[in-house]
Amino acid sequence: MTDLALEKTAAAAPHRASPALLGIGALLIVAYGVLPLVASEYLFDAILTPFLALALAGLGLNILTGYAGQVSLGSSAFMAVGAYAAYNLALRLPGVPFLVDILLAGLVAAAVGLLFGLPSLRLRGFYLAVSTLAAQFFVQWVFNKVGWFSNNSPSGIVTVPPLSVAGLPLDSSAGRYLFALGVVTAVTLAVWRLVESPTGRALVALRDHETAARVIGIPVLRVKLLAFAVSSFIIGVAGVLWAFAYLRTVEPAGFNLDRSFQILFIVIIGGLASLRGAFLGAALIVVFPLLLSRLGEALLGGLFDSGVLEMSQRIVLGLLIVTFLIAEPAGLAALLDRLWNRAWNWISGRFRRTG
Amino acid sequence: MSRPNTRTLSLRAALLGALLGTAALLPAAAQADEQYFPLQSYRVGPYAAGGTGFFGGFIDYLTLVNTRDGGVNGVKLTWDECETQYEVERGVECYKRQKNRPGVAAWNPLSVGIAYAMIDDVGRDKVPLITVNHGRTDSTDGRVFKYVFPLLLNPYSESSGIVNYIGTREGGLEKLKGKKIVVLYHGSPYGKETIPIYQLLAEKYGFSVEQVEVPHPGNEQQSQWLSIRRTKPDYVVLRGWGVMNPVALKTAQKVGFPADRIIGNVWSNSEEDVIPAGDAAKGYTAITTQASGADYPVLQEIAKTVYGAGKGNLDDKKRIGSVYHNLGIVNGILNVEAVRIAQDKFGKRTLTGDEVRWGFEHLRLDPARVEALGAKGLFHSINVSVANHEGEGRVTFQQWDGAKWKVVSDWIAPDWALLRPIIEKSSLAYAAEHGIQVRDPAAEDASN
Amino acid sequence: MEWQFFTEVLVGGLLSGVMYSLVAIGFVLIYKTSGVLNFAQGALLLFAALTFVSLTERGLPGWAAILLTLAAMTVIGAAIERAVLRPLVNQPPITLFMATLGVSYVIEGAAQLLWGTQVHGLDLGIDDLPLEFGGVLVSSFDLFAAAVAGAMVAALTLFFRYTRIGLGFRAVADDQLAALAVGLSLDRIWTAVWTAAGVVALVAGLVWGARLGVQFSLSLVVLKALPVLVLGGFDSIAGAIVGGLIVGAVEKLAEVYIGPFVGGGIEGWIAYVAALGFLLIRPSGLFGAKLVERV
Repeated sequence: MTDLALEKTAAAAPHRASPALLGIGALLIVAYGVLPLVASEYLFDAILTPFLALALAGLGLNILTGYAGQVSLGSSAFMAVGAYAAYNLALRLPGVPFLVDILLAGLVAAAVGLLFGLPSLRLRGFYLAVSTLAAQFFVQWVFNKVGWFSNNSPSGIVTVPPLSVAGLPLDSSAGRYLFALGVVTAVTLAVWRLVESPTGRALVALRDHETAARVIGIPVLRVKLLAFAVSSFIIGVAGVLWAFAYLRTVEPAGFNLDRSFQILFIVIIGGLASLRGAFLGAALIVVFPLLLSRLGEALLGGLFDSGVLEMSQRIVLGLLIVTFLIAEPAGLAALLDRLWNRAWNWISGRFRRTG
Repeated sequence: MSRPNTRTLSLRAALLGALLGTAALLPAAAQADEQYFPLQSYRVGPYAAGGTGFFGGFIDYLTLVNTRDGGVNGVKLTWDECETQYEVERGVECYKRQKNRPGVAAWNPLSVGIAYAMIDDVGRDKVPLITVNHGRTDSTDGRVFKYVFPLLLNPYSESSGIVNYIGTREGGLEKLKGKKIVVLYHGSPYGKETIPIYQLLAEKYGFSVEQVEVPHPGNEQQSQWLSIRRTKPDYVVLRGWGVMNPVALKTAQKVGFPADRIIGNVWSNSEEDVIPAGDAAKGYTAITTQASGADYPVLQEIAKTVYGAGKGNLDDKKRIGSVYHNLGIVNGILNVEAVRIAQDKFGKRTLTGDEVRWGFEHLRLDPARVEALGAKGLFHSINVSVANHEGEGRVTFQQWDGAKWKVVSDWIAPDWALLRPIIEKSSLAYAAEHGIQVRDPAAEDASN
Repeated sequence: MEWQFFTEVLVGGLLSGVMYSLVAIGFVLIYKTSGVLNFAQGALLLFAALTFVSLTERGLPGWAAILLTLAAMTVIGAAIERAVLRPLVNQPPITLFMATLGVSYVIEGAAQLLWGTQVHGLDLGIDDLPLEFGGVLVSSFDLFAAAVAGAMVAALTLFFRYTRIGLGFRAVADDQLAALAVGLSLDRIWTAVWTAAGVVALVAGLVWGARLGVQFSLSLVVLKALPVLVLGGFDSIAGAIVGGLIVGAVEKLAEVYIGPFVGGGIEGWIAYVAALGFLLIRPSGLFGAKLVERV
């Protein structure tokens, strides 16, 4: 299955470049040109901005898990590092532009990621996965314990300063959305370049067969650590978006194990080793529970109390995750590919018949 | 894997998409003369027991006002629930969704995290945010936090109330000198919040204090309690949350520390905190702003009018009069009375959030008014003003006898004067940081 | 006095560690045969305890409640195996892990839908009173829990050594292909293992439920079991026991003797860090197989 995914990523990109580029172009036009004009505050603050932040986190984890084959259960710890780093940079270095703060915050997250990536040099599989929980719990503990990180706020929850870039205030819902969108676009572009580069191929080689990778001269240790650093950088930037563009408050509890699992879900359900996968997965994880609860309320709200409804939704959500993993283990990206192929065949078949 | 599977899946996706589209159109305009309470409730997840009790009580009281009085001066009360599971993002989503319905009176999330994430927005949308018994301590300063109300009791007052109670048990505050108190707190921002206050109180009254953290979720406390056993404190203050509370009581029993020397804070004071501990909880005492029991007239009316008609919100009638249920009812009283007070000024109609905010800032219920509301003994009184959004709530202490809570103290007043400077220091720093103009209470009162 | 306190902390830690082992054993059973890190183990534990408590509260005698719960756990265990894991049999381990996360949502939801979100007390009739041995304090309940764990391990050992299905289990754990070649039925063995995991969940659920009260947070005890697994190896019952003891002792000693210097509350992560440090020296854990698989 992994071999298949490899072939696909290696082969698919140039093969179907033009329709894919058209699609991306259309998406970007909608995201930059249409949505900011038509979307409501609800759409921005409850759906689009968290979607962007989580998609970016998914993208970051996908580099580590999808491309390099290392499972991490501690992603939200790196989000926390990014968020707190950006908060402290903005607070303590007021002269520095915020975009530089983001870069620095990402670098801090990368450094921490590097540190917690060290065990990957000796451990594999679930042993490594469970070890990354050390990062999860340790980082949460540090931010909770050391008051300096939250500027000694008595409750430990900090409110971030209003977002503004180069003197331009972006404090409205649409402004924060556009800011997140800009960051996500830039990072995605960079990641795309990375996975298409020799380094990206080295990651995949490492995932598919470590010994073979070593034999063909890939510096395995360095590449592994690189994967951790790059992945943590991106997740850290996602944390900055989460804190500054989405919630506008930061507290350690917001970056708990559930969030890490959520990011892992995004990667798995979206599709491993696929850039689109992170976005598709994030869309599903953000939108689906909302859909489900609205649907439940609309259909059954009168019959049952909300506790019963919520419990049923949890069951449905769990069932759907399981069903989905069984029906489409390669993720939404693969599903989309198949649908697209079928549509394409149908259309071209039509053309052949008529023309 | 097989083709039909994919097809049904995509079909289902399309169906869901269509349903989402229609669902988005649902929040229709409210009727005239309705006041709407959006409830960001939580009925699943780790804190479901507290959520069902509190929101159950709140809804029960709103139902009572509607059925008994036909609303507040003819203005019907409406509400709907949005499940948060105590998670901040879900709370934010609920806020952005529910705020679109007209006639929002006030927000009552019962979650510190969600409240923090809303502070900015309620200021912009000009709707009051009520954080009864919890929330951001410095929001007590209404001059800075115009729309935030930590009603009845903020965490600092709670700490002072507990120390005052220990003082009365020892026969006077001066007897605290030389005593030893351990504060066992939950490893979270909530748990840490009162650390400086206990230190301040220890200096003032001359007792020694040791503050010990229990890491979240608190299902293992062996080492903490063994240390406590070695320290031999006179009292342990339990600043717990969720499962940490029963485990603390059980572990205390295990190391032989007497339960009646453990004093619980306001989130360690419910039936849910003691029942799982079984006999180990007998004698345990905890602070509360609202007494337990179903004997108060307002509760009897709820039992008769609301539950009698099958309209009660709790699944289990045995929980009527429990700590969280009664907190929900008191919260209901405070919200409804704020609306009533605001109606007296602005007219008996659907009010704007800002008008309701004025009502909260003039929420003065003296013991006589509390008695008229059928809540004598349930809670003491409240006196909110522009400068003081907490409202000088009194506290009392209840002891668990193995089956129910029994009140064992008078209504005790925390030392507000001692705490006010610390609160103002923090709130003014916030105002400076966020460019907020500090309000002048005298001028506002004059203009009203 | 000081050595007494040290012994007390150490003994307390070891006994807490036994409680972690109880949970960890459930993971090991499943991992050994199907290579799945079954995150739903916590949810199973919650479901078992909640079902037992709710049945007794409805007036059922203890033995009947145990039997009914046992039956329910058997059905659930077998159902998970059939409906979830079998269709996913050749998927990468991480997909299987995510699937068990999905399963845990379903079970948590179902448990609370069936029995409500109320918090229950659970009294097994064992007092939790301090006993003194030469000035060292030991909890009677902890001793009881240790006895339960011991009995369970003994029962499992007997089961694996002397029953057909148990022998089959060991064969499958050793070499799946060879086991298939000699005609063992994988299906039956997997079903049996999931059933056994359900039983372990019931035992662990009752012991932990008596300690914490039966409520949602019960499912969080898996977080205590994970470092035990890292230390002891995912596939070794002996490792789960020894790992549990070490984790318990390290955790408590660290909290008491290191905690005060860093502000306390380090129990949440110290076990993970300790396990990690240990693994860097010995990557396959205490008793784990030498073979390390990849994800």
